[in-house]
Amino acid sequence: MTANSSTINGNAVKDYRSNSLWRLTLRRILRQRSAIIGMVILGFLLVVAIFADVIAPYSPYQVLIGVEDVNKRQAPCIHLLGCPADQPQHIMGIDGNVRDEFSRIIHGTRVSLFVGFSTVGVAIIIGTLLGAIAGYAGGWLDNLIMRFLDVLLAFPSLLLAITIVSVLGKGLQNALLAIAIVSIPSYARVVRASVLSVKETAYVSASRALGGNHAHILFGRILPNAIAPLIVRGTLGIGTAILDAAALSFIGLGAQPPLAEWGQMLGSERNQVFTAPHLVFYPGIAIMLTVLSFNLLGDGLRDAIDPRLRSAE
Amino acid sequence: MMENTKPSLLEVQNLVTYYYTDEGVVKAVDGVDFKVYPGEIIGLVGESGCGKSVTSLSIMGLIESPGKIVNGKINFLERNLLELGESEMQNVRGAQISMIFQQPQSSLNPVFTIGSQIEEVFQIHGKISKNEAADKAIELLKLVGIPDAVKKTHAYPHEMSGGQAQRVMIAMALALSPKLLIADEPTTALDVTIQAQILNLLADLRRKFNTSVILITHDLGVIAEMADRVAIMYAGKIIEQSDVQSLFDHPKHPYTRGLIASVPVMGEIKESLDTIPGNVPNLIDLPIGCRFSTRCNAREEYQLEICNKQEPELQRNQKSGHEVRCWLYQDGEGHTAPFKL
Amino acid sequence: MIQYTIRRLLLAIPVIFGILLVTFTLSRMIPGEPCKAMLGEKATAQVCEQFTKQYGLDKPIPVQFAIFMGNMLRGDFGESIRFSRPVTLILIERLPTTIELGIFALLIACVIGIPAGILSAMKRNSPLDVVVMVISNIGVSMPVYWLGLMLAYFFALVLKDTFLWLPPTGRLTAGITSIPFFQLWNFPYISGTFSHYMLQFFSNFLIFNSIITGDWKVLGDSIKHLILPAMALGTIPMAIIARMTRSSMLEVLKQDYIRTAKAKGLQRNLVILKHALRNAMLPIITIIGLEVGILFAGALLTETIFGLSGVGRILYEAITARDYPIIQAFTVVIAIGYVFINLLVDLSYVFIDPRIRLE
Repeated sequence: MTANSSTINGNAVKDYRSNSLWRLTLRRILRQRSAIIGMVILGFLLVVAIFADVIAPYSPYQVLIGVEDVNKRQAPCIHLLGCPADQPQHIMGIDGNVRDEFSRIIHGTRVSLFVGFSTVGVAIIIGTLLGAIAGYAGGWLDNLIMRFLDVLLAFPSLLLAITIVSVLGKGLQNALLAIAIVSIPSYARVVRASVLSVKETAYVSASRALGGNHAHILFGRILPNAIAPLIVRGTLGIGTAILDAAALSFIGLGAQPPLAEWGQMLGSERNQVFTAPHLVFYPGIAIMLTVLSFNLLGDGLRDAIDPRLRSAE
Repeated sequence: MMENTKPSLLEVQNLVTYYYTDEGVVKAVDGVDFKVYPGEIIGLVGESGCGKSVTSLSIMGLIESPGKIVNGKINFLERNLLELGESEMQNVRGAQISMIFQQPQSSLNPVFTIGSQIEEVFQIHGKISKNEAADKAIELLKLVGIPDAVKKTHAYPHEMSGGQAQRVMIAMALALSPKLLIADEPTTALDVTIQAQILNLLADLRRKFNTSVILITHDLGVIAEMADRVAIMYAGKIIEQSDVQSLFDHPKHPYTRGLIASVPVMGEIKESLDTIPGNVPNLIDLPIGCRFSTRCNAREEYQLEICNKQEPELQRNQKSGHEVRCWLYQDGEGHTAPFKL
Repeated sequence: MIQYTIRRLLLAIPVIFGILLVTFTLSRMIPGEPCKAMLGEKATAQVCEQFTKQYGLDKPIPVQFAIFMGNMLRGDFGESIRFSRPVTLILIERLPTTIELGIFALLIACVIGIPAGILSAMKRNSPLDVVVMVISNIGVSMPVYWLGLMLAYFFALVLKDTFLWLPPTGRLTAGITSIPFFQLWNFPYISGTFSHYMLQFFSNFLIFNSIITGDWKVLGDSIKHLILPAMALGTIPMAIIARMTRSSMLEVLKQDYIRTAKAKGLQRNLVILKHALRNAMLPIITIIGLEVGILFAGALLTETIFGLSGVGRILYEAITARDYPIIQAFTVVIAIGYVFINLLVDLSYVFIDPRIRLE
């Protein structure tokens, strides 16, 4: 107790006082080891996604029959590891349709990052609106919205997503829609909780007394408070969304061939695990790395921005 | 004097406890010396963050990482507690030295009954049957003035008021008639009326068990009422120490004077209460010289230049035993003290 | 306690109503005629008409929902398009395997996850803590089906000629059959009655059945076949449970009553196992309850990979075949099961935390 309270006093505070809150937060984030590792991996993945065309030696759709002397599901050939130099190099091998697996993995980064950001983006927008309306309006509207979201939460999320896609029809777009829908409740709850916590505070009352209209109070005064927990939830949510989307694609409900999507690539080769393990191994590693980066970043952000969230998890 | 003739029960010598945090080394306790004599109540007074609680946790051997006792001796019954192993220390804790805390309700485990938490003390420190322990628990609850003691052994902490919970804590602490009780702000979290009851109970039981008490508080009123001797702490050091009478009659250190002046006195009419300007210094980056110099008005009044150059030593008046750490009473290099101790 | 239980049960009713409403709405959102959705594209006009009458599909929507709800609650889930059998019978056949797999996986997750989390919290920032946290971070980021395939590859192919070899597919080795206890003991039953279905249901729990009939060969073989899928399915919950245990323990270890327990002279290990763990259990049990939902979804993927004929695998087949009655039935059954498991979790709080009894 002594140690903590004393560091808040005195010079420690003085150093920070001149800085903005954001810089203070940034400094705290940079002190989180997991956040840094997450950011490094994510930065790497972003570079890969942006420069996929440059990095990938082949087009992800190019069938190499007749182009090179390679066979279907041929094992990786890496020159540095002793693969004869006269053979064409394919560091992750050849897939079931005689395409370069490495190029497909590289291009899959784009799909996965797009999946993560788009689903969570949509879910946050809808969730924020629902949560803000519920928290701000209160009463029956609050009850109606929250009970509906409770019902959505009563389903295991991946299962509900599967059911929704099997109703809407398979395809990446429907899979993304389903994943967005099932992740709305958690964002709505976060927003509603922070709306409720600041709704009655002095500065909101003051804003109301000064004649601010509802929209201004809600978007100008109340919602900024929800940003920190939303960023944390959203970052962790991207990981889950990528994992769920890959699972849907794995069972054939999401991305359809020939799109280079990791879950789909893994699913279509799963029966070949004993004969061509590289076609299962690499897509899985790619998914894991991507999800890991968001999880690490999310954990670090949570610890830096709002340690209280930890116990609420 | 009394102090010189009797052997002490506890003697803290040059205790140094630091916390090694990311921001730097927090010098929570930075060279503390005091003695506790059998049967007495010694008050440890200071603002929050001055090292009172860290001192008491150091005595209990409960300093957790990143904290570390860097230096010093804690002699208790002719043993240096800092040299004891963990299992030897476990035998001391709760049996010979026990402790009660500021938040009695959160200091009791919410998922166990009151009775079982008291019985646990007996089970830890002696081979005793469950029935015997249960009987003793009821006896103790009666002793600390809990009505309906038999029934209350089955109650859970959340079913008790703060005052009752503190009585339970006292029962637990005194279960094995310890030689020393450390009471860390035992009444701060309680209502004023309850405070007096708890303090009376402590005073009664102290006499009954002949237990020495280290009473940690920031409330000089409590000290005036309860303590035999008092030590004032500031920023990890003791800056004044004497018997209670002498301290209130002749406060020496400017900080002590400020503390006493800031206590509202019944019946006295004042425009406003006196306050001590500024805050407790940052314990990572302490001021050079006297730790209080940044807030000291006497330094300005007497134009003392040595204050923010060199730290004063603890001076002792051999006759009264009154001790103070201040350049007002100490000569130094090129410095003549304006007052004699 | 009874009052609390009743109140919790009553609170579950609107949720179950909501689940049925959502499932019903989804079933009406299938493009095309509901009859074609439920009976398949091959359904003739005549059959369709009969079906429409039978399920009241020509009636107003609220009446349709009432009929739907009645059917669901009676356990009449319609007929599978692909298998041309009542869905309820398929559930009786397949559910036990999934439940056994789920319990096994959860057992692995708890038995490893909780102690790992406790150790991690006790030795915070030590190398052990770092290792546990790195493993669990990787664990929560892994796709369960990928882990399953990798385990199958490793244990069934790489370790092929060692004693560690484990079968990658199936529930039992070919040639080994489990004899249902009610046949072994000649229980009287009438084929096709409710009691017959119940006997079948329980005898389909192969581990349970082989234990009560004392058939150790089947027991060993069926456990052996469950190890890999359970490991795959249990890893993510294990990682989540370990993380939750750690953070919950760290939170509790900061509390005042922990300091009190130490000040009493209690041993450090006892402070943790007695005073801290029980307080830390609440969030851990909550997360275990939530993991059950993830297990159901995960079972779909693991059963497919390991060729276990549980509900997950049949759900997968149903999805591929657009067999909507099965999808709908399984969604309802699993969601309601999930509600009840979380209800159990809520009830277990009462035994852990006395403060909840008063509310």
